[in-house]
Amino acid sequence: MLSLEHLTKIYADGTRALADINLSVRESEIVALIGGSGCGKTTLLRLIAGLDKASAGAIRLDDETITEPHPAIGIVFQEPRLLPWLSVADNVAFGLEALSTPERKARVEHALEKIGLAEHERRWPRDLSGGQQQRVAIARAFVAHPKVLLLDEPFSALDAFTRASLHEHLLTLWEETRPTVVLVTHDVQEAVTLADRAIVMQPKPGRIFDELPLSLARPRDKTGLPFETSVRRVLTALDHSLNTPHQEQPRERDRQAAALWW
Amino acid sequence: MTGHATSNAWSSLKGAAALAAPPLAEKRRTFDGRVLLGFFLPIAVAVLWELAVRFGLAQGRLVPPPSRIFTTLLALAETGELWTHVWATLWRVLVGFVLGAAGGIVLGGLSGSAETIRRLLDPTLQALRAIPSIAWVPLFILWLGIFEASKVALIAVGVFFPVYLGIAGAILSVDRKLVEVGQVFRLSRYKLAKRILLPAVLPEALISLRSGLGLGFMFVVAAEFMGASEGLGYLLVDGQQMGKPDQILAAIIAFALLGKLADSLLVFSTRPLVRWQDVVRERL
Ligand SMILES: Nc1ncnc2c1ncn2[C@@H]1O[C@H](COP(=O)(O)OP(=O)(O)OP(=O)(O)O)[C@@H](O)[C@H]1O
Ligand SMILES: [Mg+2]
Repeated sequence: MLSLEHLTKIYADGTRALADINLSVRESEIVALIGGSGCGKTTLLRLIAGLDKASAGAIRLDDETITEPHPAIGIVFQEPRLLPWLSVADNVAFGLEALSTPERKARVEHALEKIGLAEHERRWPRDLSGGQQQRVAIARAFVAHPKVLLLDEPFSALDAFTRASLHEHLLTLWEETRPTVVLVTHDVQEAVTLADRAIVMQPKPGRIFDELPLSLARPRDKTGLPFETSVRRVLTALDHSLNTPHQEQPRERDRQAAALWW
Repeated sequence: MTGHATSNAWSSLKGAAALAAPPLAEKRRTFDGRVLLGFFLPIAVAVLWELAVRFGLAQGRLVPPPSRIFTTLLALAETGELWTHVWATLWRVLVGFVLGAAGGIVLGGLSGSAETIRRLLDPTLQALRAIPSIAWVPLFILWLGIFEASKVALIAVGVFFPVYLGIAGAILSVDRKLVEVGQVFRLSRYKLAKRILLPAVLPEALISLRSGLGLGFMFVVAAEFMGASEGLGYLLVDGQQMGKPDQILAAIIAFALLGKLADSLLVFSTRPLVRWQDVVRERL
Protein backbone atom coordinates (compact mmCIF):
# COMPACT_ATOMS: atom_id res chain seq x y z
CA MET A 1 0.00 0.00 0.00
CA LEU A 2 1.15 3.49 -0.86
CA SER A 3 0.21 6.15 1.63
CA LEU A 4 0.77 9.88 1.71
CA GLU A 5 0.50 11.51 5.12
CA HIS A 6 0.16 15.27 5.53
CA LEU A 7 2.37 15.73 2.51
CA THR A 8 3.39 19.35 1.97
CA LYS A 9 5.75 20.90 -0.53
CA ILE A 10 6.89 24.50 -0.50
CA TYR A 11 9.40 25.38 -3.21
CA ALA A 12 12.46 27.49 -2.48
CA ASP A 13 10.76 30.56 -3.93
CA GLY A 14 7.86 30.20 -1.48
CA THR A 15 5.35 28.60 -3.89
CA ARG A 16 3.02 26.36 -1.91
CA ALA A 17 2.72 23.57 -4.46
CA LEU A 18 1.12 21.03 -2.10
CA ALA A 19 -0.57 21.47 1.25
CA ASP A 20 -1.47 18.60 3.56
CA ILE A 21 -2.15 15.81 1.07
CA ASN A 22 -3.51 12.63 2.61
CA LEU A 23 -4.11 9.66 0.37
CA SER A 24 -3.73 5.93 0.42
CA VAL A 25 -3.67 3.76 -2.66
CA ARG A 26 -4.32 0.03 -2.38
CA GLU A 27 -2.16 -2.58 -4.03
CA SER A 28 -2.95 -2.93 -7.75
CA GLU A 29 -5.29 0.04 -7.65
CA ILE A 30 -5.25 2.53 -10.53
CA VAL A 31 -5.76 6.07 -9.33
CA ALA A 32 -6.21 9.09 -11.60
CA LEU A 33 -5.14 12.54 -10.42
CA ILE A 34 -7.14 15.24 -12.19
CA GLY A 35 -6.94 18.97 -11.76
CA GLY A 36 -6.29 22.29 -13.41
CA SER A 37 -2.86 23.39 -14.47
CA GLY A 38 -0.51 24.22 -11.61
CA CYS A 39 -2.32 22.36 -8.86
CA GLY A 40 0.74 20.32 -7.98
CA LYS A 41 0.19 17.04 -9.78
CA THR A 42 3.71 16.82 -11.18
CA THR A 43 5.10 17.94 -7.84
CA LEU A 44 3.23 15.12 -6.11
CA LEU A 45 4.58 12.48 -8.51
CA ARG A 46 8.12 13.80 -8.20
CA LEU A 47 7.89 13.51 -4.42
CA ILE A 48 6.64 9.91 -4.63
CA ALA A 49 9.39 9.09 -7.14
CA GLY A 50 11.95 10.44 -4.69
CA LEU A 51 13.21 13.08 -7.13
CA ASP A 52 12.29 15.94 -4.77
CA LYS A 53 12.05 16.17 -1.00
CA ALA A 54 8.81 16.95 0.83
CA SER A 55 8.76 20.02 3.09
CA ALA A 56 6.60 18.16 5.61
CA GLY A 57 4.72 14.88 5.88
CA ALA A 58 5.74 11.44 4.74
CA ILE A 59 5.35 8.97 1.92
CA ARG A 60 5.18 5.33 2.88
CA LEU A 61 5.27 2.24 0.72
CA ASP A 62 4.44 -0.85 2.83
CA ASP A 63 5.93 0.75 5.96
CA GLU A 64 9.04 1.95 4.17
CA THR A 65 9.50 5.71 4.12
CA ILE A 66 10.35 7.10 0.69
CA THR A 67 12.89 9.91 0.58
CA GLU A 68 14.88 8.95 -2.50
CA PRO A 69 14.27 6.90 -5.67
CA HIS A 70 13.13 3.43 -4.67
CA PRO A 71 13.54 0.24 -6.73
CA ALA A 72 9.85 -0.59 -6.38
CA ILE A 73 8.69 2.78 -7.75
CA GLY A 74 8.84 3.57 -11.46
CA ILE A 75 7.88 6.73 -13.28
CA VAL A 76 6.97 7.69 -16.84
CA PHE A 77 7.46 11.39 -17.44
CA GLN A 78 5.37 13.73 -19.51
CA GLU A 79 8.01 13.52 -22.26
CA PRO A 80 9.43 10.14 -23.36
CA ARG A 81 12.94 11.03 -22.09
CA LEU A 82 14.54 8.22 -24.07
CA LEU A 83 18.32 8.20 -24.20
CA PRO A 84 19.07 9.18 -27.81
CA TRP A 85 22.31 7.17 -27.96
CA LEU A 86 20.64 3.86 -27.11
CA SER A 87 18.58 1.71 -29.45
CA VAL A 88 14.94 1.08 -28.62
CA ALA A 89 15.76 -2.28 -27.03
CA ASP A 90 18.65 -0.83 -24.99
CA ASN A 91 16.42 1.98 -23.79
CA VAL A 92 13.87 -0.51 -22.53
CA ALA A 93 16.66 -2.50 -20.87
CA PHE A 94 18.14 0.60 -19.21
CA GLY A 95 16.98 -0.22 -15.69
CA LEU A 96 17.72 -3.95 -15.89
CA GLU A 97 21.49 -3.91 -15.54
CA ALA A 98 21.36 -6.11 -12.44
CA LEU A 99 19.65 -8.97 -14.29
CA SER A 100 21.43 -11.73 -16.18
CA THR A 101 21.67 -11.21 -19.93
CA PRO A 102 19.16 -13.91 -20.98
CA GLU A 103 16.59 -12.77 -18.44
CA ARG A 104 17.04 -9.14 -19.50
CA LYS A 105 16.65 -10.07 -23.16
CA ALA A 106 13.55 -12.09 -22.49
CA ARG A 107 11.88 -9.31 -20.54
CA VAL A 108 12.72 -6.66 -23.13
CA GLU A 109 11.56 -8.78 -26.03
CA HIS A 110 8.35 -9.61 -24.27
CA ALA A 111 7.64 -5.97 -23.43
CA LEU A 112 8.40 -4.81 -26.96
CA GLU A 113 6.03 -7.39 -28.31
CA LYS A 114 3.31 -6.27 -25.92
CA ILE A 115 3.60 -2.66 -27.02
CA GLY A 116 3.83 -3.65 -30.67
CA LEU A 117 7.34 -2.38 -31.33
CA ALA A 118 9.19 -5.69 -31.73
CA GLU A 119 10.30 -4.91 -35.28
CA HIS A 120 11.69 -1.52 -34.20
CA GLU A 121 14.00 -2.81 -31.48
CA ARG A 122 17.25 -1.91 -33.27
CA ARG A 123 16.24 1.61 -34.33
CA TRP A 124 17.24 4.90 -32.74
CA PRO A 125 14.65 6.83 -30.73
CA ARG A 126 14.93 9.71 -33.21
CA ASP A 127 13.44 7.48 -35.92
CA LEU A 128 10.26 6.75 -33.94
CA SER A 129 7.02 8.70 -33.90
CA GLY A 130 5.97 10.51 -30.73
CA GLY A 131 3.48 7.80 -29.79
CA GLN A 132 6.04 5.05 -30.37
CA GLN A 133 8.58 6.88 -28.20
CA GLN A 134 6.03 7.19 -25.41
CA ARG A 135 5.33 3.46 -25.66
CA VAL A 136 9.04 2.73 -25.29
CA ALA A 137 9.13 4.93 -22.20
CA ILE A 138 6.20 3.02 -20.71
CA ALA A 139 7.88 -0.31 -21.50
CA ARG A 140 11.11 0.93 -19.86
CA ALA A 141 9.21 1.56 -16.64
CA PHE A 142 7.22 -1.69 -16.79
CA VAL A 143 10.08 -4.12 -17.41
CA ALA A 144 11.60 -3.27 -14.03
CA HIS A 145 8.39 -4.73 -12.49
CA PRO A 146 7.75 -1.86 -10.09
CA LYS A 147 5.18 -2.19 -7.33
CA VAL A 148 4.12 1.40 -7.92
CA LEU A 149 4.05 3.02 -11.33
CA LEU A 150 3.71 6.80 -11.65
CA LEU A 151 2.51 8.23 -14.97
CA ASP A 152 2.64 12.00 -15.52
CA GLU A 153 0.28 12.86 -18.37
CA PRO A 154 2.02 10.30 -20.54
CA PHE A 155 -0.45 10.64 -23.40
CA SER A 156 -1.26 14.33 -23.34
CA ALA A 157 0.80 15.16 -26.42
CA LEU A 158 -0.92 12.55 -28.58
CA ASP A 159 -4.03 12.51 -30.71
CA ALA A 160 -7.21 10.82 -29.46
CA PHE A 161 -6.79 7.76 -31.65
CA THR A 162 -3.20 7.03 -30.61
CA ARG A 163 -4.20 7.70 -27.04
CA ALA A 164 -6.98 5.11 -27.14
CA SER A 165 -4.63 2.45 -28.48
CA LEU A 166 -2.03 3.33 -25.83
CA HIS A 167 -4.67 2.93 -23.12
CA GLU A 168 -5.10 -0.64 -24.29
CA HIS A 169 -1.36 -1.28 -24.37
CA LEU A 170 -1.10 0.13 -20.87
CA LEU A 171 -3.87 -2.11 -19.55
CA THR A 172 -2.40 -5.25 -21.11
CA LEU A 173 0.96 -4.48 -19.53
CA TRP A 174 -0.73 -3.72 -16.24
CA GLU A 175 -2.56 -7.09 -16.28
CA GLU A 176 0.77 -8.94 -16.13
CA THR A 177 2.22 -7.63 -12.89
CA ARG A 178 -0.72 -5.58 -11.60
CA PRO A 179 1.25 -2.72 -10.11
CA THR A 180 -0.31 0.15 -8.23
CA VAL A 181 -0.69 2.99 -10.74
CA VAL A 182 -0.93 6.72 -10.08
CA LEU A 183 -1.87 8.44 -13.32
CA VAL A 184 -1.90 12.20 -13.78
CA THR A 185 -4.19 13.41 -16.53
CA HIS A 186 -6.09 16.40 -17.85
CA ASP A 187 -8.45 14.15 -19.72
CA VAL A 188 -11.59 13.02 -17.90
CA GLN A 189 -12.32 10.32 -20.49
CA GLU A 190 -8.86 8.92 -19.91
CA ALA A 191 -9.37 8.85 -16.14
CA VAL A 192 -12.68 7.03 -16.48
CA THR A 193 -11.23 4.60 -19.01
CA LEU A 194 -8.31 3.56 -16.84
CA ALA A 195 -8.82 4.32 -13.18
CA ASP A 196 -10.52 2.71 -10.21
CA ARG A 197 -10.69 6.06 -8.47
CA ALA A 198 -10.42 9.68 -9.54
CA ILE A 199 -8.79 12.24 -7.23
CA VAL A 200 -9.74 15.80 -8.13
CA MET A 201 -7.17 18.39 -7.08
CA GLN A 202 -7.32 22.12 -6.54
CA PRO A 203 -4.60 24.76 -6.91
CA LYS A 204 -3.11 27.43 -4.65
CA PRO A 205 -2.11 25.62 -2.58
CA GLY A 206 -2.39 22.21 -4.24
CA ARG A 207 -4.73 19.97 -2.27
CA ILE A 208 -7.29 17.22 -2.76
CA PHE A 209 -10.78 18.54 -3.50
CA ASP A 210 -12.73 15.33 -3.96
CA GLU A 211 -12.43 11.59 -4.52
CA LEU A 212 -14.74 9.64 -6.83
CA PRO A 213 -14.77 5.84 -7.06
CA LEU A 214 -15.05 4.57 -10.64
CA SER A 215 -16.19 1.01 -10.10
CA LEU A 216 -17.11 0.07 -13.65
CA ALA A 217 -16.49 -3.46 -14.85
CA ARG A 218 -13.48 -4.04 -17.10
CA PRO A 219 -13.07 -3.98 -20.04
CA ARG A 220 -14.94 -0.71 -20.07
CA ASP A 221 -17.43 0.11 -22.76
CA LYS A 222 -16.86 3.73 -23.66
CA THR A 223 -20.21 4.10 -25.36
CA GLY A 224 -22.29 2.71 -22.51
CA LEU A 225 -24.40 4.74 -20.13
CA PRO A 226 -22.42 3.98 -16.93
CA PHE A 227 -19.30 5.34 -18.63
CA GLU A 228 -21.13 8.52 -19.64
CA THR A 229 -22.48 8.97 -16.12
CA SER A 230 -19.04 8.58 -14.56
CA VAL A 231 -17.53 11.07 -17.00
CA ARG A 232 -20.25 13.55 -16.11
CA ARG A 233 -19.68 13.06 -12.37
CA VAL A 234 -15.96 13.68 -12.68
CA LEU A 235 -16.57 16.71 -14.88
CA THR A 236 -18.96 18.16 -12.34
CA ALA A 237 -16.45 17.67 -9.53
CA LEU A 238 -13.75 19.25 -11.68
CA ASP A 239 -16.02 22.21 -12.37
CA HIS A 240 -16.66 22.69 -8.68
CA SER A 241 -12.99 22.44 -7.90
CA LEU A 242 -12.29 25.29 -10.32
CA ASN A 243 -15.16 27.44 -9.07
CA THR A 244 -14.96 26.98 -5.31
CA PRO A 245 -12.26 29.57 -4.63
CA HIS A 246 -14.83 32.29 -5.43
CA GLN A 247 -17.49 30.66 -3.26
CA GLU A 248 -15.05 29.87 -0.50
CA GLN A 249 -13.77 33.40 -0.10
CA PRO A 250 -16.91 34.79 1.57
CA ARG A 251 -17.06 31.73 3.79
CA GLU A 252 -13.43 32.32 4.73
CA ARG A 253 -14.25 35.94 5.52
CA ASP A 254 -17.23 34.85 7.62
CA ARG A 255 -15.02 32.51 9.57
CA GLN A 256 -12.49 35.24 10.20
CA ALA A 257 -15.26 37.60 11.22
CA ALA A 258 -16.58 34.95 13.53
CA ALA A 259 -13.13 34.51 14.99
CA LEU A 260 -12.93 38.23 15.61
CA TRP A 261 -16.35 38.22 17.14
CA TRP A 262 -15.34 35.61 19.63
CA MET B 1 21.85 55.11 -76.03
CA THR B 2 20.86 52.28 -78.38
CA GLY B 3 23.43 49.91 -76.93
CA HIS B 4 22.06 50.61 -73.50
CA ALA B 5 18.51 49.90 -74.67
CA THR B 6 19.38 46.63 -76.35
CA SER B 7 21.37 45.35 -73.39
CA ASN B 8 18.42 46.24 -71.21
CA ALA B 9 16.06 44.33 -73.44
CA TRP B 10 18.40 41.39 -73.50
CA SER B 11 18.74 41.23 -69.74
CA SER B 12 14.99 41.46 -69.23
CA LEU B 13 14.59 38.56 -71.65
CA LYS B 14 17.06 36.56 -69.61
CA GLY B 15 15.25 37.61 -66.46
CA ALA B 16 12.01 36.25 -67.83
CA ALA B 17 13.67 32.95 -68.65
CA ALA B 18 15.06 32.74 -65.14
CA LEU B 19 11.68 33.53 -63.62
CA ALA B 20 10.07 30.59 -65.41
CA ALA B 21 10.26 27.68 -63.00
CA PRO B 22 13.07 25.31 -64.00
CA PRO B 23 11.99 21.70 -64.54
CA LEU B 24 12.95 19.24 -61.83
CA ALA B 25 15.62 17.45 -63.82
CA GLU B 26 17.39 20.72 -64.47
CA LYS B 27 17.28 21.54 -60.79
CA ARG B 28 19.12 18.35 -60.00
CA ARG B 29 21.77 19.11 -62.61
CA THR B 30 22.34 22.63 -61.26
CA PHE B 31 22.81 21.13 -57.78
CA ASP B 32 25.71 18.99 -59.01
CA GLY B 33 27.11 22.05 -60.75
CA ARG B 34 27.00 24.07 -57.56
CA VAL B 35 29.29 21.64 -55.75
CA LEU B 36 31.88 22.12 -58.47
CA LEU B 37 31.33 25.88 -58.36
CA GLY B 38 33.54 26.06 -55.28
CA PHE B 39 36.53 24.87 -57.30
CA PHE B 40 35.98 27.40 -60.03
CA LEU B 41 37.58 30.46 -58.44
CA PRO B 42 40.89 28.95 -57.26
CA ILE B 43 41.36 26.98 -60.48
CA ALA B 44 40.54 29.98 -62.65
CA VAL B 45 43.00 32.15 -60.74
CA ALA B 46 45.67 29.43 -60.94
CA VAL B 47 45.17 28.91 -64.68
CA LEU B 48 45.10 32.64 -65.41
CA TRP B 49 48.26 33.21 -63.42
CA GLU B 50 49.96 30.27 -65.06
CA LEU B 51 49.06 31.62 -68.51
CA ALA B 52 50.11 35.15 -67.58
CA VAL B 53 53.56 33.92 -66.56
CA ARG B 54 53.85 31.60 -69.59
CA PHE B 55 53.09 34.42 -72.01
CA GLY B 56 55.47 36.77 -70.27
CA LEU B 57 52.78 39.14 -69.00
CA ALA B 58 54.11 38.70 -65.46
CA GLN B 59 57.47 37.69 -64.08
CA GLY B 60 56.25 35.26 -61.47
CA ARG B 61 59.34 35.77 -59.33
CA LEU B 62 57.57 36.74 -56.10
CA VAL B 63 54.36 34.90 -56.91
CA PRO B 64 55.44 31.74 -58.69
CA PRO B 65 52.99 30.04 -61.08
CA PRO B 66 51.23 26.86 -59.90
CA SER B 67 53.39 24.61 -62.02
CA ARG B 68 56.54 25.80 -60.27
CA ILE B 69 55.01 25.36 -56.81
CA PHE B 70 53.99 21.88 -57.80
CA THR B 71 57.47 21.06 -59.12
CA THR B 72 59.01 22.33 -55.90
CA LEU B 73 56.64 20.21 -53.85
CA LEU B 74 57.48 17.16 -55.98
CA ALA B 75 61.19 17.78 -55.72
CA LEU B 76 60.96 18.12 -51.95
CA ALA B 77 59.00 14.89 -51.82
CA GLU B 78 61.47 13.04 -54.03
CA THR B 79 64.52 13.96 -52.01
CA GLY B 80 62.61 12.85 -48.94
CA GLU B 81 63.13 16.29 -47.42
CA LEU B 82 59.39 16.97 -47.38
CA TRP B 83 58.66 13.86 -45.32
CA THR B 84 61.26 14.75 -42.71
CA HIS B 85 59.57 18.10 -42.27
CA VAL B 86 56.07 16.68 -42.34
CA TRP B 87 56.93 14.08 -39.70
CA ALA B 88 58.62 16.63 -37.48
CA THR B 89 55.56 18.87 -37.60
CA LEU B 90 53.09 16.04 -37.21
CA TRP B 91 54.93 14.61 -34.26
CA ARG B 92 54.92 17.97 -32.45
CA VAL B 93 51.24 18.52 -33.12
CA LEU B 94 50.41 15.00 -32.02
CA VAL B 95 52.30 15.14 -28.72
CA GLY B 96 51.09 18.66 -27.98
CA PHE B 97 47.53 17.73 -28.87
CA VAL B 98 47.53 14.60 -26.72
CA LEU B 99 48.96 16.48 -23.71
CA GLY B 100 46.70 19.51 -24.12
CA ALA B 101 43.58 17.48 -24.83
CA ALA B 102 44.23 15.13 -21.89
CA GLY B 103 44.66 18.10 -19.58
CA GLY B 104 41.57 19.78 -21.00
CA ILE B 105 39.47 16.64 -20.66
CA VAL B 106 40.55 15.94 -17.08
CA LEU B 107 40.25 19.50 -15.77
CA GLY B 108 37.16 20.24 -17.87
CA GLY B 109 35.55 17.05 -16.58
CA LEU B 110 36.34 17.91 -12.97
CA SER B 111 35.27 21.50 -13.33
CA GLY B 112 32.06 20.53 -15.10
CA SER B 113 30.99 17.86 -12.66
CA ALA B 114 31.99 19.21 -9.26
CA GLU B 115 30.81 22.62 -8.10
CA THR B 116 33.62 23.09 -5.57
CA ILE B 117 36.34 22.24 -8.04
CA ARG B 118 34.79 24.58 -10.57
CA ARG B 119 34.83 27.46 -8.09
CA LEU B 120 38.43 26.62 -7.29
CA LEU B 121 39.77 26.15 -10.82
CA ASP B 122 37.67 28.06 -13.26
CA PRO B 123 38.55 31.68 -12.34
CA THR B 124 42.28 30.97 -12.59
CA LEU B 125 41.95 29.13 -15.88
CA GLN B 126 39.74 31.86 -17.33
CA ALA B 127 42.34 34.43 -16.35
CA LEU B 128 45.12 32.40 -17.95
CA ARG B 129 43.01 32.02 -21.06
CA ALA B 130 42.98 35.79 -21.47
CA ILE B 131 46.75 35.70 -22.07
CA PRO B 132 47.61 35.32 -25.76
CA SER B 133 49.30 31.94 -25.86
CA ILE B 134 52.23 33.22 -27.90
CA ALA B 135 53.12 35.43 -24.95
CA TRP B 136 54.27 32.31 -23.12
CA VAL B 137 57.02 31.66 -25.68
CA PRO B 138 59.86 33.53 -23.93
CA LEU B 139 59.06 31.84 -20.62
CA PHE B 140 58.80 28.40 -22.17
CA ILE B 141 62.16 28.89 -23.87
CA LEU B 142 63.72 29.97 -20.58
CA TRP B 143 62.21 27.05 -18.70
CA LEU B 144 62.29 24.29 -21.27
CA GLY B 145 65.06 25.24 -23.68
CA ILE B 146 64.81 25.96 -27.38
CA PHE B 147 64.28 22.38 -28.47
CA GLU B 148 61.22 20.16 -28.63
CA ALA B 149 59.89 20.60 -25.07
CA SER B 150 59.12 24.30 -25.40
CA LYS B 151 57.43 23.82 -28.79
CA VAL B 152 55.26 20.97 -27.56
CA ALA B 153 54.36 22.99 -24.46
CA LEU B 154 53.17 25.91 -26.56
CA ILE B 155 51.02 23.63 -28.71
CA ALA B 156 49.61 21.90 -25.64
CA VAL B 157 48.61 25.24 -24.13
CA GLY B 158 46.89 26.19 -27.38
CA VAL B 159 44.97 22.92 -27.47
CA PHE B 160 44.13 22.91 -23.76
CA PHE B 161 41.79 25.89 -23.55
CA PRO B 162 39.19 25.07 -26.20
CA VAL B 163 39.06 21.49 -24.96
CA TYR B 164 38.72 22.57 -21.31
CA LEU B 165 35.97 25.06 -22.10
CA GLY B 166 34.14 22.66 -24.41
CA ILE B 167 34.12 19.74 -21.98
CA ALA B 168 33.17 21.78 -18.92
CA GLY B 169 30.43 23.57 -20.86
CA ALA B 170 29.11 20.33 -22.31
CA ILE B 171 28.83 18.71 -18.89
CA LEU B 172 27.11 21.76 -17.40
CA SER B 173 24.55 21.79 -20.19
CA VAL B 174 23.57 18.11 -19.99
CA ASP B 175 19.78 17.87 -19.90
CA ARG B 176 18.58 17.53 -16.29
CA LYS B 177 15.69 15.45 -17.61
CA LEU B 178 18.01 12.69 -18.79
CA VAL B 179 19.98 12.79 -15.55
CA GLU B 180 16.70 12.22 -13.70
CA VAL B 181 16.12 9.07 -15.72
CA GLY B 182 19.40 7.79 -14.30
CA GLN B 183 18.40 8.84 -10.78
CA VAL B 184 15.06 7.07 -11.02
CA PHE B 185 16.95 3.86 -11.79
CA ARG B 186 19.26 4.63 -8.85
CA LEU B 187 22.54 4.75 -10.75
CA SER B 188 25.57 5.41 -8.60
CA ARG B 189 27.61 8.56 -9.27
CA TYR B 190 30.08 6.55 -11.32
CA LYS B 191 27.39 4.74 -13.31
CA LEU B 192 25.56 7.99 -13.91
CA ALA B 193 28.73 9.52 -15.33
CA LYS B 194 29.39 6.49 -17.50
CA ARG B 195 25.90 5.75 -18.76
CA ILE B 196 24.39 9.22 -19.07
CA LEU B 197 26.89 12.08 -18.77
CA LEU B 198 29.61 10.61 -20.97
CA PRO B 199 27.43 9.76 -23.98
CA ALA B 200 25.52 13.02 -23.59
CA VAL B 201 28.66 15.19 -23.74
CA LEU B 202 30.36 13.21 -26.49
CA PRO B 203 29.19 15.26 -29.49
CA GLU B 204 30.22 18.58 -27.95
CA ALA B 205 33.43 17.06 -26.63
CA LEU B 206 34.38 15.96 -30.13
CA ILE B 207 33.70 19.42 -31.51
CA SER B 208 35.99 20.93 -28.89
CA LEU B 209 38.68 18.37 -29.74
CA ARG B 210 38.40 19.39 -33.38
CA SER B 211 38.84 23.05 -32.62
CA GLY B 212 41.72 22.09 -30.31
CA LEU B 213 43.37 20.22 -33.17
CA GLY B 214 42.93 23.23 -35.44
CA LEU B 215 44.64 25.45 -32.89
CA GLY B 216 47.37 22.84 -32.53
CA PHE B 217 48.24 23.34 -36.19
CA MET B 218 48.17 27.09 -35.72
CA PHE B 219 50.56 26.97 -32.81
CA VAL B 220 52.96 24.51 -34.38
CA VAL B 221 53.76 27.17 -36.97
CA ALA B 222 54.40 29.71 -34.25
CA ALA B 223 56.53 27.17 -32.39
CA GLU B 224 58.58 26.37 -35.46
CA PHE B 225 59.11 30.06 -36.20
CA MET B 226 60.80 30.24 -32.80
CA GLY B 227 63.75 28.45 -34.32
CA ALA B 228 63.68 24.92 -35.62
CA SER B 229 65.90 22.95 -37.95
CA GLU B 230 63.07 20.89 -39.35
CA GLY B 231 59.33 21.02 -39.73
CA LEU B 232 57.03 22.70 -42.21
CA GLY B 233 57.32 25.94 -40.25
CA TYR B 234 61.07 25.76 -40.75
CA LEU B 235 60.46 25.35 -44.50
CA LEU B 236 58.46 28.59 -44.39
CA VAL B 237 61.17 30.55 -42.60
CA ASP B 238 63.87 29.02 -44.76
CA GLY B 239 61.92 29.94 -47.90
CA GLN B 240 61.68 33.51 -46.72
CA GLN B 241 65.36 33.81 -45.83
CA MET B 242 66.51 32.19 -49.07
CA GLY B 243 64.00 34.14 -51.16
CA LYS B 244 62.18 31.03 -52.37
CA PRO B 245 58.48 31.90 -52.55
CA ASP B 246 57.73 28.60 -54.26
CA GLN B 247 59.03 26.75 -51.21
CA ILE B 248 56.90 28.91 -48.92
CA LEU B 249 53.79 28.19 -50.95
CA ALA B 250 54.65 24.50 -51.15
CA ALA B 251 54.88 24.42 -47.35
CA ILE B 252 51.58 26.27 -47.04
CA ILE B 253 49.90 23.74 -49.29
CA ALA B 254 51.39 20.91 -47.27
CA PHE B 255 50.01 22.53 -44.12
CA ALA B 256 46.55 22.81 -45.65
CA LEU B 257 46.52 19.17 -46.74
CA LEU B 258 47.90 17.95 -43.42
CA GLY B 259 45.42 19.94 -41.35
CA LYS B 260 42.48 18.79 -43.42
CA LEU B 261 43.70 15.19 -43.28
CA ALA B 262 44.11 15.21 -39.50
CA ASP B 263 40.69 16.79 -39.01
CA SER B 264 38.99 14.30 -41.33
CA LEU B 265 40.73 11.45 -39.55
CA LEU B 266 39.42 12.68 -36.20
CA VAL B 267 35.89 13.12 -37.55
CA PHE B 268 35.93 9.82 -39.37
CA SER B 269 37.29 7.75 -36.49
CA THR B 270 34.75 9.16 -34.03
CA ARG B 271 31.74 9.09 -36.35
CA PRO B 272 30.44 5.73 -35.01
CA LEU B 273 30.30 7.21 -31.49
CA VAL B 274 27.86 9.95 -32.44
CA ARG B 275 25.88 8.23 -35.15
CA TRP B 276 22.74 8.46 -32.99
CA GLN B 277 22.68 12.24 -33.20
CA ASP B 278 19.58 13.76 -34.71
CA VAL B 279 21.17 16.58 -36.64
CA VAL B 280 20.54 18.36 -39.89
CA ARG B 281 23.80 17.24 -41.46
CA GLU B 282 22.81 13.57 -41.53
CA ARG B 283 19.35 14.26 -42.83
CA LEU B 284 20.60 16.05 -45.94
N1 LIG C 1 10.94 23.96 -9.34
C1 LIG C 1 9.95 24.79 -8.96
N2 LIG C 1 10.22 25.91 -8.26
C2 LIG C 1 9.22 26.74 -7.86
N3 LIG C 1 7.93 26.53 -8.11
C3 LIG C 1 7.59 25.43 -8.81
C4 LIG C 1 8.58 24.51 -9.28
N4 LIG C 1 7.96 23.52 -9.95
C5 LIG C 1 6.64 23.82 -9.89
N5 LIG C 1 6.42 24.96 -9.21
C6 LIG C 1 5.12 25.58 -8.92
O1 LIG C 1 4.35 24.65 -8.18
C7 LIG C 1 3.00 24.65 -8.60
C8 LIG C 1 2.61 23.25 -9.01
O2 LIG C 1 3.35 22.87 -10.16
P1 LIG C 1 3.18 21.46 -10.87
O3 LIG C 1 4.17 21.38 -11.95
O4 LIG C 1 3.23 20.41 -9.83
O5 LIG C 1 1.70 21.60 -11.46
P2 LIG C 1 0.87 20.55 -12.32
O6 LIG C 1 -0.35 20.25 -11.56
O7 LIG C 1 1.73 19.42 -12.72
O8 LIG C 1 0.48 21.44 -13.57
P3 LIG C 1 0.30 20.98 -15.11
O9 LIG C 1 -1.01 20.30 -15.17
O10 LIG C 1 0.28 22.27 -15.83
O11 LIG C 1 1.45 20.11 -15.45
C9 LIG C 1 2.91 25.66 -9.73
O12 LIG C 1 2.39 26.86 -9.20
C10 LIG C 1 4.32 25.86 -10.18
O13 LIG C 1 4.52 27.18 -10.61
MG1 LIG D 1 2.52 18.69 -14.64
